[in-house]
Amino acid sequence: MNNWPLLSLLIWLPMVGGMVVMFLREERQALARWVSLLVTLVVFLLSLQLWLGFDNQSSAMQFVEQAQWVPAIHARYHLGIDGIALPLILMTTLVMVLVVLAGWHVSQRIEQFMAAFLLLEGFMIGVFCALDALLFYVFFEGMLIPMFLIIGIWGGPNRVYATLKFFLYTFFGSVFMLIGLIYLYLKTGSWALADWYAQPLSLNEQIWLFLGFLLAFAVKIPMWPVHTWLPDAHVEAPTAGSVVLAAVMLKIGGFGFIRFSLPVTPDASQELAWLMIALSLVAVVYVGLVALVQADMKKLIAYSSISHMGFVTLGLFVLLGALADPARQDAIKLAMDGAVVQMISHGFVSAAMFLGVGVLYDRMHTRMIKDYGGVAQVMPWFTLFAVFFAMANSGLPGTSGFVGEFMVILASFQAGFWLAFLAATTLILGAAYTLWMVKRVMFGEIHNPEVKKLEDIGSREAAMLTVLAVLVLAIGVWPEPLLDMMNISVTHLIELAARSKLG
Amino acid sequence: MTALYLSIVLAPLFGAVIAGLFRNWIGRGGAHWVTIVSVAVSAGLSLYALYGHVVLDWPVYNENLYTWLVAGNYGFHIGFLVDHLTVLMMSVVTFVSLMVHIYTIGYMHDDPGYQRFFSYISLFTFSMLVLVMANNFLQLFVGWEAVGLVSYLLIGFWFKRETAVTANMKAFLVNRVGDFGFLLGIAGVLMVFGSLDYATVFAAAPAHATETVTWVGSQPWSVMTILCLLLFVGAMGKSAQVPLHVWLPDSMEGPTPISALIHAATMVTAGIFMVARMSPLYELSETALSFILVIGAITALFMGLVGLVQNDIKRVVAYSTLSQLGYMTVALGASAYSAAIFHLMTHAFFKALLFLAAGSVIIAMHHEQDMRKMGGLRKYMPWTFLTAWVGTLALTGMPGFSGFFSKDAIIEAVHHADRAGSDFAYWSVLLGVLITALYSFRMIYLTFHGQERMDEKTRSHLHESPWVVTLPLVVLAIPSVVIGWLTFEPILFGDFFDGVIFVQPAHDVLARMGEDVHGGLSFVLHGLTGAPFYLALTGFAVASWVYLKQPELAERMARLFAPLVSLLERKYFMDDLYMKVLAGLGRVSGTALWKAGDQTVIDGLLVNGSAKTVGFMAGVLRHLQTGRIYHYVFAMLAGVVVLAAHFLF
Repeated sequence: MNNWPLLSLLIWLPMVGGMVVMFLREERQALARWVSLLVTLVVFLLSLQLWLGFDNQSSAMQFVEQAQWVPAIHARYHLGIDGIALPLILMTTLVMVLVVLAGWHVSQRIEQFMAAFLLLEGFMIGVFCALDALLFYVFFEGMLIPMFLIIGIWGGPNRVYATLKFFLYTFFGSVFMLIGLIYLYLKTGSWALADWYAQPLSLNEQIWLFLGFLLAFAVKIPMWPVHTWLPDAHVEAPTAGSVVLAAVMLKIGGFGFIRFSLPVTPDASQELAWLMIALSLVAVVYVGLVALVQADMKKLIAYSSISHMGFVTLGLFVLLGALADPARQDAIKLAMDGAVVQMISHGFVSAAMFLGVGVLYDRMHTRMIKDYGGVAQVMPWFTLFAVFFAMANSGLPGTSGFVGEFMVILASFQAGFWLAFLAATTLILGAAYTLWMVKRVMFGEIHNPEVKKLEDIGSREAAMLTVLAVLVLAIGVWPEPLLDMMNISVTHLIELAARSKLG
Repeated sequence: MTALYLSIVLAPLFGAVIAGLFRNWIGRGGAHWVTIVSVAVSAGLSLYALYGHVVLDWPVYNENLYTWLVAGNYGFHIGFLVDHLTVLMMSVVTFVSLMVHIYTIGYMHDDPGYQRFFSYISLFTFSMLVLVMANNFLQLFVGWEAVGLVSYLLIGFWFKRETAVTANMKAFLVNRVGDFGFLLGIAGVLMVFGSLDYATVFAAAPAHATETVTWVGSQPWSVMTILCLLLFVGAMGKSAQVPLHVWLPDSMEGPTPISALIHAATMVTAGIFMVARMSPLYELSETALSFILVIGAITALFMGLVGLVQNDIKRVVAYSTLSQLGYMTVALGASAYSAAIFHLMTHAFFKALLFLAAGSVIIAMHHEQDMRKMGGLRKYMPWTFLTAWVGTLALTGMPGFSGFFSKDAIIEAVHHADRAGSDFAYWSVLLGVLITALYSFRMIYLTFHGQERMDEKTRSHLHESPWVVTLPLVVLAIPSVVIGWLTFEPILFGDFFDGVIFVQPAHDVLARMGEDVHGGLSFVLHGLTGAPFYLALTGFAVASWVYLKQPELAERMARLFAPLVSLLERKYFMDDLYMKVLAGLGRVSGTALWKAGDQTVIDGLLVNGSAKTVGFMAGVLRHLQTGRIYHYVFAMLAGVVVLAAHFLF
């Protein structure tokens, strides 16, 4: 299979599948479900082929595909992946299988619902594969459309506000990136990322470009203070939408920093690292405190996501100031590896958390913590999963949630004691907001008669949660295979970030 | 060897997984059999390893099992370090765990969560073994948090009870405060030593003895002091030292078997074990040791005092545990690490015994824990009564019992120490002996002696607990009596911990004491002439007088010292400080940031504000586009006029 255009298949198979599903007749609901499941499963199996064929000893882009696209402006259809994109793609294809399962019982226009997710999958994989900036931008913006529809059509009562906020917020950010991209194209005459990496730029140019990228990616991740769209979007989104949003779409922000900011504007990244560190720590502490007082489970998990994603940006930027210091090279590697691990881990843990809320919401039609209490008495198996994922969310060792945070905190210590001090408050805050929620929802006496009638999870739900639990546990117990996959690529990223483009 | 050690660790995990996940298939009997057999295997092999290391002189085992992850030149591994300290801990942990497993059959007999409970306690045993057998800081932290998790699950075992699920969250969070410091300490170790491997770190430590850094401010600090203090914060959480002690009394909400196993014998001693393990680091920081000494002394004395006013039988034992952990900490601070570990061991036996005896009483009393409703139980439950006395004599340090050897050694060691804070510590632990005797005998008298104060219905049902409960009591009573005699010489003054625990010659208080010790009998005789013995006797006498002869005297005293009693009953207002002030502050600041920051400034002003601004601007500009031709014509004309004027003039 090595000669197949695997990446193109991964992108276009779900898109074509989505088109097919969309035009199914409305009464063929079961068919729509099964075709969607089949498509996501095939895509997942194909992505495993990537893993099998991937050479983790090489920092070069692999599975590269090149073709003319828009010759007039030198835009090319140029795909390829490295060891950072690979785990993100694997996570995406797996999560999408679960997402189809999560949306299994959507009754309203299920064929369109599934089609939107399949299109979204294609766009997201496209973002991770694109080596041509214009192509990246098209996929990056393309994602917005299906997500816009998912929240706007299948969302909760306040979905219109949430959709508009989500769309305008993210669109606002990416417009500035577009200006930066066009500037770089005019400067280099190419959209190829490799050309941009090699292009010398003055510090002033880099700073403006960096800020443009920052706006786009900071909104996506999201970073404080451009994070307020996320809680609203999550609250209104259907379960499956929340899962994709949290598990994959947020990662695209982090991936953007890795693909654009660090290698294209390395000097500006160093220059403005303090800003990134500060915003990341605000995310950890401020947003952690905000999460504590949320009354709505989805909002709480949304804030928790923002707080956890703070470790991604912290890991990427915390030691950029020490790039030249030979004594800190290992710590830099630790921090950057930690950032990527945190992205993968958060993908699984947040997916599980939102699926868990979905399980409860499907039965009770409320997300409010106060409407629950004593769920453990009627749903023992669900409780097992809920407590497990709560612990993963609190960063308990043995779960994937620990690995990335541990790496980033240990590395941050070498950038400054107080940085690590603030970052490590997540140990307390993360446990506080997660376990307090668990306590109020799962434990105690049942005071709502509706809770008494709850049925424990069925096999479909158990299957989704089990898959995620196994992965969270596996990465927690033995993260080395994941690290091994991305090792050379992260080293290469550090080299790019360390290479000055001035002069 | 690897296979042996791996079996010791994995056997309880196997039992836990089977009992936990297949609980509906294997039933109650299946659950207790699979866990008991697997923990018995673990205990048997641990004792075999103890024998191998101590008698057969097996070499120290230090191997990595697998690489957890590699980043740059930093390698993080999972592996075992098995030396005398490890085998001692392994044996204590698995032995007490086995007893508790057996006891649980009786204690949890009617509980619907029977299988789940067995699964948890086996999982705990696994986690604790991961912790004590670690050969690096990463795995230590993994085990450290894993035991915290199981403790959380077990304190909240009866999850319908509001008090239980509050207590378990409190325990987890307070421990997380400790772990916060601990993790920073580990980060510091990695920065300074470039490795988390014990052997590498300990070997390199002396080279950093005088190094100073300016991490925390502009003042230079000894790097060893910072590292040791940060790591010790973790120990303060796990081993419940003031001010992170508040979770331990509340942990009594959990079923009694786990109070014995986790909150007395094993998990809470992890902090003590950790500092002893790190002795090559701690020996390099006089400041850190002084700090430890003072914290331990405060805990030993002031937590014992709170024990005096408790009426819940388990809470008395819990405060006693806090106080005894203080003793161990004092020993660490005095550089008498071996004495700390020795007390850890003897305490594990007699305190597990006391908790299990208390549990036996609780079963008989139908889950009544208030000692004011007990009394005279010795008639009904002779085995519990006898073994509780043995435990109490050991706890109060009566000469010959195991507690005597370990406690006297600590007091003597502190007396010999000349570190800042050692005077305070000495007087605290000395006075603590009196306090210990007072609350211990008070508990014994209120429970087993004097008037029968229970109601008629309870009285008619009183009987001794079944053999699965009394057997562990008897088995634990044996080491509570003899283990001190048998082991104090090699552990305290011999070469048991050679090459494991490191003490600078100038700090070696135990060696100085050892010069005067010649055999067990001389140690006991020496004890008979010492102040601690007379203080314990005084406590015994006072408690006997008050609670056997003059029950109303206690009430009169309580009235006389009402403010003091109230201070003790409110636990020095520490709980109020945490629950109301700190937790409240967290919620208030969270709400403030959310409402003021997110909703008002960011969303209100910036996001919706800019949307409104756009809307407003559009509203204004809209007036320019009225759609009426004559407006546009007028505008065009005006423009032409202006342009013409510009060019003409």
